[in-house]
Amino acid sequence: MNLFSRYIEFIADYNIFHAFWVNITLTLFSGALALVLGTIAVVMRISPIASLRGASTFYVNVFRDIPLTVVMVVMFSVVWVQLQVSFSSDMSRDFYILAIIGLGMYHSSFIAESLRSGINTVPLGQAEAARSIGLTFMQSARIVILPQAFRGSIAPIGNTIIALIKNTTVASVAAVANETSGVMAAALEFGPQFNFLIFFTFALGYVIIVIPVGLLTTWLSRTLAVMR
Amino acid sequence: MVVAHIGGDEMSRRTKVVEHSVFFDAPGPKTKRLIFFANIVGSGIIAAILLVVVLKLQEMGQLTWSMWSVTVQPRSWLYYFLPGLGATLLAALVSIVGAFIFGLIFGVARLANNRPIRWLASIVVEFCRAVPVLLMMIFMWTLFGGAGWSNPSFWAVVVALILYNGSVCAELVRSGVLNLPTGQHEAAAAIGLTRGQALANILVPQALLSMLPALIAQLVVALKDSALGSAIAYSELLRQATLLGTPYRTLQTIFVASLIFIAINYGLGKMGEWLASKMKGRGLQLDETMSEEIPMNVSALGKREMLEDPDAEGPYDESERLRQEMTGVRRHL
Repeated sequence: MNLFSRYIEFIADYNIFHAFWVNITLTLFSGALALVLGTIAVVMRISPIASLRGASTFYVNVFRDIPLTVVMVVMFSVVWVQLQVSFSSDMSRDFYILAIIGLGMYHSSFIAESLRSGINTVPLGQAEAARSIGLTFMQSARIVILPQAFRGSIAPIGNTIIALIKNTTVASVAAVANETSGVMAAALEFGPQFNFLIFFTFALGYVIIVIPVGLLTTWLSRTLAVMR
Repeated sequence: MVVAHIGGDEMSRRTKVVEHSVFFDAPGPKTKRLIFFANIVGSGIIAAILLVVVLKLQEMGQLTWSMWSVTVQPRSWLYYFLPGLGATLLAALVSIVGAFIFGLIFGVARLANNRPIRWLASIVVEFCRAVPVLLMMIFMWTLFGGAGWSNPSFWAVVVALILYNGSVCAELVRSGVLNLPTGQHEAAAAIGLTRGQALANILVPQALLSMLPALIAQLVVALKDSALGSAIAYSELLRQATLLGTPYRTLQTIFVASLIFIAINYGLGKMGEWLASKMKGRGLQLDETMSEEIPMNVSALGKREMLEDPDAEGPYDESERLRQEMTGVRRHL
């Protein structure tokens, strides 16, 4: 029990809740960016215009196959240090924004693939039936295809969001301070005697965040699944 | 997906796979003209964006030979890129082998009859899938370093990757077994095999075969995640490239490292897809009637379980991507 009370005293110096809050806000902002970019990418991907399709395929393949760590190192070492791209006079604000852009671009490729797999679940017959009863392009997309496509892509999008929550820890590579991995590393450095307790504290935080999100998206994808 | 032949040749040299979207019908002459002009405009916009980026880099003096020569010097490759690539591949390969063994043990344990074993395995697997790999790596690194191991960075990368990818593999084993036709389990029971015998001799071997494409997808994940090792001083490709380029040539060196990463991962991804399409003929898990059309089924454990996409029930795995591509191919071919 003594160990625990000493640990509580030790860990109180580290603002764990704030650390998780940083990761959560990173998730929200970069998730929104990823959804926007991913939607644009998938619209380009399914368009009949070959050049847009090619550009989207290239973008998705590049960001799907490049390690996230590389993207984040690029955001710091290349974009900020070497190219001196800056959004404000506040360094930490720059790092935060760059991390959001990096996370957003990386995960947008997975969002695009999720949406595309949702569209792929719509049988061709649905589109043909829509056209044959005289619906226009917009009508068939709005009434018949997109609702089914969105419902089919909930599970993969949920998986991408969960990956994003966990991947926000990589923001520390892009020099974002005060987020969980950086705070945990500092705590481990100054309190090596509590190493297991420190790790399990942070790990538990992620379990508490990730598992409900997983259950929610699974439930949603099952409830909303299109029965065929 | 429709395979369009360019040119009239029967054994056409170039077959182009057209992404045939559900949104669009085959275009008529008017639409073809519209698409043609839209294509020109689209190409123009993309070219303009690229041009702006290139001009900007040029203006900043990033495209001169003195900036790029570092990427082609033999010294850079001998002491930075190649050893880095070797370290990346070593970590990825060791961890994928370890992950496979871990997955086999925990996947089977999650199917075991014994409730404590099943629960323990479930807790371990769900825990490892929920915790960010970077947190595990940092923890292992301080742990191994504190214990005085000679190469704590390498082992931290490998152990963290084994725990994460292994738990994903465990789910693959489990879903592979659960997706088998119930007749397999029933036949095994009918000839008097115990559950352990049935798992070892009948169910798991079949599940492993259908796991192969997903295992390659997992190798890509391990390769990508091994780059996290740069955060804990493991001298893999990204770290070596950053060291080589620091401080004012990182654009150039990381560009080369990225090309290597993308080329390897893209190649592995294509190999996984090819393997998946090869295995389609083998039936098993890839048979449409078994895993997808029937939402509820009696599982190999004899209890009712949802069979549609067992991976969706827990946190993320990236083999999901391959799985989706497999289903996409299946639907259209």
